[in-house]
Amino acid sequence: MKKRSLLLVNSVLVFSALLMLWEAVILVFHVQPYMLPNPLTVATTTAERLPDLFAAFLITAEEAAVGLLAAIVVGVLVALVFARSTWVRRLLFPYTVLLQTVPIMAVTPLIIIWVGAGFSAVMLIVFIFCLPSIIANTTQGLISVDENLVQLFMMHNASQFQVLRKLRFPHSLPYLFVGIRVASGVAAIGAIVGELFAGSTSVGHGGLGYSILYAQSQTQTAYLFSLVVAATALGFGFFFLAMFFEWLLLHNWHESATQSQLE
Amino acid sequence: MSVPEVLLQSVGKKFLGSTKPVLEGIDLAIERGEFVSIIGPSGCGKSTLLKLVAGLIPCSKGEIAIDGAKPDAARKLMSFVFQDATLLQWRTVEKNVALALELEGKPREENAARTAQLLELVGLSHVAKHYPRQLSGGMKMRTSIARALATLPRLLLMDEPFAALDEMTRDRMNEELLRLREEQNWTVLFVTHSVAEAVFLASKVIVLAPHPGCIAHMVDVDLPYPRTQETRDSDAYDELVNRTSRLLREAHRV
Repeated sequence: MKKRSLLLVNSVLVFSALLMLWEAVILVFHVQPYMLPNPLTVATTTAERLPDLFAAFLITAEEAAVGLLAAIVVGVLVALVFARSTWVRRLLFPYTVLLQTVPIMAVTPLIIIWVGAGFSAVMLIVFIFCLPSIIANTTQGLISVDENLVQLFMMHNASQFQVLRKLRFPHSLPYLFVGIRVASGVAAIGAIVGELFAGSTSVGHGGLGYSILYAQSQTQTAYLFSLVVAATALGFGFFFLAMFFEWLLLHNWHESATQSQLE
Repeated sequence: MSVPEVLLQSVGKKFLGSTKPVLEGIDLAIERGEFVSIIGPSGCGKSTLLKLVAGLIPCSKGEIAIDGAKPDAARKLMSFVFQDATLLQWRTVEKNVALALELEGKPREENAARTAQLLELVGLSHVAKHYPRQLSGGMKMRTSIARALATLPRLLLMDEPFAALDEMTRDRMNEELLRLREEQNWTVLFVTHSVAEAVFLASKVIVLAPHPGCIAHMVDVDLPYPRTQETRDSDAYDELVNRTSRLLREAHRV
């Protein structure tokens, strides 16, 4: 307990020191506010524009969440097909790797042609960003089941569906969550980058990415700082949520469990 | 005349892609209630033999009959205990024990009662709600055995179930297994690489020779049940262990 409070004090000290360094750089080098506003300006701007910031945050969060959820649903279904047939897996798995390596910005114009700029386009970009890690990890989980366990199920005349539901699927959950954790980090980035290129520009529909573009064009440097903080918070929030659900579902039996040796 | 519980007639097994068979010309009849240990050097096909009897893999040659039926049709009579405890990590001990009953579609309430009774039997009632990762090696194996016993098998197939345990725990588990057998009277096929364990448990020890695996010797163990630590201390036991070890060494040399 003592260690923890010491850590807290140290963290606060380091944070304050960084703010002071920031302030000092501005004073010493006479940096203009449009280049680098001071911490206080950033704080007041953030407070003033909190409603705008929050609205943009929600829009981006929604795009990222819908894209991520779609990737989880589709990714798990694809993984089930891959796990079912070695043949299909060998033929199609390379394409998921390809999906991961294709520069998404190169595809964005196509997406805009197909679905138009706006919510759907950004969601689709997030979806493409997230899908490969879900497919790859879940497939790995579904097929890496101990052969003896499969034989145990056979000994008791289990159906294919029972093997899937009571063995392969629960076994793949930790793998799925590795995929979700990776994807959740990427989802927020995907949504913001997606908005930069394919976001909605109509009033009240622009997310963080759009707000960043707009603030840049108006040289609202202080607000840009607020937007960066908001974007970081979004990424962190997604990652934290993924970790929380992972803990909720797996902490009883998986690595994170507290080990107690009996006997 | 009664049908033997397990009957193997000139059974051979060759795996796809390998030139030499793993097992060749195995003839064996096991009567109901016998406890048969199978020992042999590693790679002589002990585990393969067990999986053939279980019908988990098909024979290349010969016939296997369990109580007169084909192995995969006789699965209801059998339970298999693997070398690893093969527990489902996401299930508590009691849920793991209930697995086999669940797969066979037994009603849930009945399972709960049966499971509780089994945990009592193997002395694990106090950890019923624990997860496998919280258990010691011996407790995991007891859970595995309780799961195998849940479906009231007549024939137990055990593939080096205690190989990963320390000697003290292994000895205790051996005694527990015999105690349970006295109550439930299964036929047991027990694969092990420990001569001492094979002799202590079995009414008959089969020594396999390798390349290809075939039955080299059969040793009748006429030590009286129940067997305890006193059995281990007896001269008759020592003599049997020595003789079996000698036969095993000879089988290895051939």
